[in-house]
Amino acid sequence: MPSISRRIPRRALVGTVAQTWPERSRRGGPAGRSPAGCDCSRPFRLASRELRLLFCLTLPLFVSTSLATPPEKRLSIYSTAATYSLPVVQRQGRDYVGLLELLDPLGTVSAKADGPRWRLHFNNVLGEFTIDKNHARVQGRDADLSAKFILENGRGLVPLASLNSLLPRFLGGPATLHEESGRLFIGSVATHFTASVAADDPSRLVFQFTAPVNPSVATEPGKVRMTFNHEPVIAPASPTLTFSSQLIPSAVYSESNGAAEIIVTTTVPLMAAFSKDGRTVTLAPAKSQTAATAATAGSATAVVPTTPAVPSPQNPPVQQSQPPAPASAPRRYFAVVDASHGGADRGEALSTTMAEKDVTLAFARLLRQELESRGIPTLVLRDSDATLSVDDRAFFANSTHAAVYIALHAASSGHGIRLYTAMLPPSDTEDRGPFRPWSTAQSPSIPLSQVTVAAIAETLKRIQVPVRTLIAPLRPLNNIVTAAIAVEVAPPASDVSALNSPDYQQLIAGAIANGIFAIRSQLGAGQ
Amino acid sequence: MIPRHFVIALSILLAAVLGMSIYAWHMRGRAAATPVVPTDTRPVVAPVAGSTESVALFVAYDDIGILRAQSAQIPMPSVRQQRAEEVLRALIALYLDKSSPHSLPPGSDIRSVYLVDPGLAVIDVDAALADGHRSGVLAEELTIASLIQTLSANIPGIQKVKILVEGKQRDTLAGHADLSNFFDVSAVNQLTSQLQSIQ
Repeated sequence: MPSISRRIPRRALVGTVAQTWPERSRRGGPAGRSPAGCDCSRPFRLASRELRLLFCLTLPLFVSTSLATPPEKRLSIYSTAATYSLPVVQRQGRDYVGLLELLDPLGTVSAKADGPRWRLHFNNVLGEFTIDKNHARVQGRDADLSAKFILENGRGLVPLASLNSLLPRFLGGPATLHEESGRLFIGSVATHFTASVAADDPSRLVFQFTAPVNPSVATEPGKVRMTFNHEPVIAPASPTLTFSSQLIPSAVYSESNGAAEIIVTTTVPLMAAFSKDGRTVTLAPAKSQTAATAATAGSATAVVPTTPAVPSPQNPPVQQSQPPAPASAPRRYFAVVDASHGGADRGEALSTTMAEKDVTLAFARLLRQELESRGIPTLVLRDSDATLSVDDRAFFANSTHAAVYIALHAASSGHGIRLYTAMLPPSDTEDRGPFRPWSTAQSPSIPLSQVTVAAIAETLKRIQVPVRTLIAPLRPLNNIVTAAIAVEVAPPASDVSALNSPDYQQLIAGAIANGIFAIRSQLGAGQ
Repeated sequence: MIPRHFVIALSILLAAVLGMSIYAWHMRGRAAATPVVPTDTRPVVAPVAGSTESVALFVAYDDIGILRAQSAQIPMPSVRQQRAEEVLRALIALYLDKSSPHSLPPGSDIRSVYLVDPGLAVIDVDAALADGHRSGVLAEELTIASLIQTLSANIPGIQKVKILVEGKQRDTLAGHADLSNFFDVSAVNQLTSQLQSIQ
């Protein structure tokens, strides 16, 4: 790690200067006095002494400052075509990147300087930039830059902050820039994750990722650090995750300089194990992990140490194995609540200021609270403003082996609550063992889904909320292998803003939670 | 020597030619500056030949979220595919009316209906219908149920329906209702019976 190699010399240099300064001042004392005892040189000597003092004081500061220069700033680019990184350069106090280098791995690109103009062709898109101008033309349309365009030795530099607006013009698709941390996501490439403590073993922390990951894992006293240099891992809803485990109380997500990092706080040394092709990372105490891997994978599973970031005897390296499966499953959720839409998919525009994705997220969190208060372990599938495809949602919901899946929607039309189950033809009885067709995976669970809907409808009717039960061609209901329902929340009257009312949300969430709780044993039997 | 009256007549003629030229030039400039009024370039549907028949339309009502069957008299051709298109166009025309109980965006239309034996119908709607459709689970499934139920009620033998937008597959109608799969008519019948009752 660069930070380590710098720290040691910095301390050494500071120590050297501190030792030499008294020696020099001792030598300087007698040498300053003239043989005749004349004190005429005193002002000079004083000035000289002060200069030396100043020099000696500033030198360590200068040296330490120069050594503490931050590492080269980089921009990591994640796309379906390639994952790569580029240097970010500072010009006129702003961050710049080379546009040609950025686009090069993404398609056919060429550039030509013509006087003050710089023309860049990317696939069939032409961009024209002018030196020292804050605007450009892409495909004949004006594009504003946040700072002046710079041409250096034929290399076109554009302000980093302008990439959010500039790249969609070239690429024809969305690009999301995390400017502070230097991470650029082109298209829907983000990797989401959840973290939970295993229900049967609070010393195991299980991370589930939507795509395979291969972080570098390192230890510090009381911490395990997973650094994702090449994976487009993005933040959960809250950067700080807390767990009900004394051994692993929390984890914090952060991003900086083109990488994402998860720091897990722990009171015991942990080992990392990878499974499900790198989609699952399990952190567990060293002894337990070794025993678990040995028990599950036998001698074929080798536990190999990672390269520790701080190789010192005080900080034993965390070990990772690949690819043994963890011995115990992650915490078993009884219910999965899915806040529909999210990210670029805003859902219905319920009003000029209210998007469906925001209402469903707030509602999902409230429903989790209501379910957990009734002792029902609940996972909110989309706990942030993230874009998740319906296939990802189904994959996540199925991988949790929950007893019930609840998708939440909101609508401005109509009143009350609409409860939906999948619109599928009756299930065939052919036994396919553990395999089920993806598009009709819900078929065997439809009776249980209908029971769930009936139970919730009953509790809603009891509190005088208008409710309808329908079938709907609504994904991912078809792809869920357990009881799966969708809830569409409409306002109680004509006022759409009531959808955001805490009282109304509380009323509905409480009724849904009561309905689930009432048939808990039935749902649990199908789990 | 040229007589004087010839000179006068020639001068008048030359002045007239000059004046007409200037006027023509001026008119040409005005014509160029006049904006061209956009015209609907879509092909006009050929008038339907055939006797008028009574058909059953399953009409969606947004206010209470139900489907109601109602009959309509429309000219129906003899060819099965054209009958399918006509009955759906009659439904869309009803929804495009200002007083419609389930309004569809302006320009909504049925491009084609393809009947593929055995029992498959492919409804190809235009982009205007899908792009401007109101978002919402119920709002979208009302449109889908209305189209499929109307088609299957009037064209016997249809068991599965696929909905395309501008000839291409689309994931959802307007963010909710799934268009990626085939619709089973028996399942749509079940949905229709649910939508016909106010619970």
